[in-house]
Amino acid sequence: MTWTTLQTAMADQGYIASGDLAMALHLSLSLGRPLLLEGAAGVGKTEVARVLAAVQDTQLIRLQCYEGLDAAQAIYEWNYQRQLLAIRAASEDGETGKAVEARIFSDEFLLERPLLKAIRQDKAPVLLIDEIDRADEEFEAYLLEILSEFQVTIPEMGTITATTRPMVILTANGTRDLSDALRRRCLYAHVPYPDLETELCILVTRYPDITDRLCAQIVGFVQVLRKQELEKKPGIAEMLDFAAALMGLGVADLTDDPAVLQATLTTLLKTHTDRDAIPTEITQRLVGKAA
Amino acid sequence: MTLVTKFAARDLGPAARVAGFMTHLRDNGLRLGVGETGIALDALTHVNAINPQDARRALKSVFTGCAEEAAQFDGLFNSFWMNGGRVKTRVTATATPSQSQNVHSSREASEEASSGTGDISAPDGGDGEVESDGEGKLIATEVTNLFKKDLRDLVRPEDIAEAEKIALRLGAALRDRRSRRRKAARKGDQIHFRKVMRQSLATGGEPFALPKRHRPDRTLRITAICDVSGSMTVYSRIFLAFLAGLMRADTRADAYLFHTRLVRITEALRDKDALRALARLSLLAEGFAGGSKIADSLNTFAGTYGRRFVDNRTVVMILSDGYDTESPDGISDALVRLKKRGCKIIWLNPLKGWDGYAPTAQAMAGALPHLDLFRAANTLGELAALETDLARL
Repeated sequence: MTWTTLQTAMADQGYIASGDLAMALHLSLSLGRPLLLEGAAGVGKTEVARVLAAVQDTQLIRLQCYEGLDAAQAIYEWNYQRQLLAIRAASEDGETGKAVEARIFSDEFLLERPLLKAIRQDKAPVLLIDEIDRADEEFEAYLLEILSEFQVTIPEMGTITATTRPMVILTANGTRDLSDALRRRCLYAHVPYPDLETELCILVTRYPDITDRLCAQIVGFVQVLRKQELEKKPGIAEMLDFAAALMGLGVADLTDDPAVLQATLTTLLKTHTDRDAIPTEITQRLVGKAA
Repeated sequence: MTLVTKFAARDLGPAARVAGFMTHLRDNGLRLGVGETGIALDALTHVNAINPQDARRALKSVFTGCAEEAAQFDGLFNSFWMNGGRVKTRVTATATPSQSQNVHSSREASEEASSGTGDISAPDGGDGEVESDGEGKLIATEVTNLFKKDLRDLVRPEDIAEAEKIALRLGAALRDRRSRRRKAARKGDQIHFRKVMRQSLATGGEPFALPKRHRPDRTLRITAICDVSGSMTVYSRIFLAFLAGLMRADTRADAYLFHTRLVRITEALRDKDALRALARLSLLAEGFAGGSKIADSLNTFAGTYGRRFVDNRTVVMILSDGYDTESPDGISDALVRLKKRGCKIIWLNPLKGWDGYAPTAQAMAGALPHLDLFRAANTLGELAALETDLARL
């Protein structure tokens, strides 16, 4: 598979990837290295993993990072309650200590978390580590070990080596600087807001029955809106919501009804200050500019 | 005519060229190791390396690691591989500033003379302070200083070593109980199940001891924003030493300079060699000791870096005297925006140490309601004394 065929395959799944992104994904697949995706919120970083899993016809395993995420949540945990019950039950049955210990530290009592799950699949899955910059530095260091060795050591069971190497995608939107070590381990692609043509393409792919005129107006308007001084610029997901809202309301032309247009801006502008910054007059001016 | 660079005949082949490209990238500030060369060569075997676009994309994903590098990469790639078929690029000479018609000089405009604003007869370009009647008071200068000041003259390595110690102590003083992760601790608030299980094995499954866990303390991160405008020149030495020390003591700290623009200096100051760090800083700090646009700079910060690096675990430390060239109305807005991110804001004003100082500069008056701490600091000793205040934040 070359990077262009990958790009086409992704387009068939409804994801329009830029050349840079498709190339990075292709290399990541062929070199077996993790890929780090960075970009503003709402540009479709997470979606990349979902689509890639669909293209590869494999499972998507997702690990959502958050502050305070630790090994017990990310790799594995023993099912303590069941273990306690098992020990009690065993003493009633007169099972020997050795047998009990072997049993309560077996697969049966192991709760697999995403990272362990990802390396124990029969078919290599796509492992999405979402918003890695939200996790703590300590976790990042642990992740490095797993990403380079693809093995997990459980003291009670021994080392578990990957049966298949998952295809790893990490996403970040710059809540903090990632360590150089992590950046060096990964290939990198920056996902920007799409340009006009790409965004038109995305909208048509998602809503095939949209009229050309409305499509051009929506995308043009959102593109101009992104150039305004906003706290939170509308992403692709917001643009699609906006289009869905307009189509649901039966709007055929953005210039038709200023009141409706202003009301549908709730799908694009998500903070109070942003709403205040774009009153009806400015909306109308922007629509005029976009047309 | 092809745009692709023609390499010399004695060139050793593709691998050597990629290695040369690596050197080119390293010279331009990308941090790349030997490992990347290997990955790059490997990557090129998986794509159609003859096609420049494919090669560019492949190398881009391997060699870049952040948004800034990604933006820079295309230019660097073109300058090495696509320099229009020339064997070597020539350096174009910069235009020399025009000389006044009244002055006839056979002398070439040399370094200093050519880098200032204005021309020889009127150094300020006719509208600055040189031409106006002086009133003899302390004002913020409006002229952007184009001289590159060598910061090594200002800061000594000994200062940095001392500042490093102070910065370490300040960092330790900033503690926050906010972690959600729990760790084993004797006096914890939750039972540590993992340990209970482990220890109960010794007693036949009866949990005798109940180990606890708790939320550990977390350090706050310092983000320092230093004013290096003309009015602050006297204090710059201390503050820059402090910043350099801070960067070296605390790997998570972040530093910025501003005068008429805001510059991120974190990377430069992280350099292992203290003097080289200052040299790199000098290159960044073009405009040093010129005017200051505090409101503008803080707004830029709140809108760009602030969004990425400031959160509820950050202390934003502003080192400035509050004399703004522009209208100071924006300062209050900028601080409100920053404050919304949940950070603490400290303002260290060297003038506050003066007898009878009142924050009358409009900028300071507007900023005061948003500050968590407003202190004087014009020596390293006074910075060290902040320790107790920070512990109480």
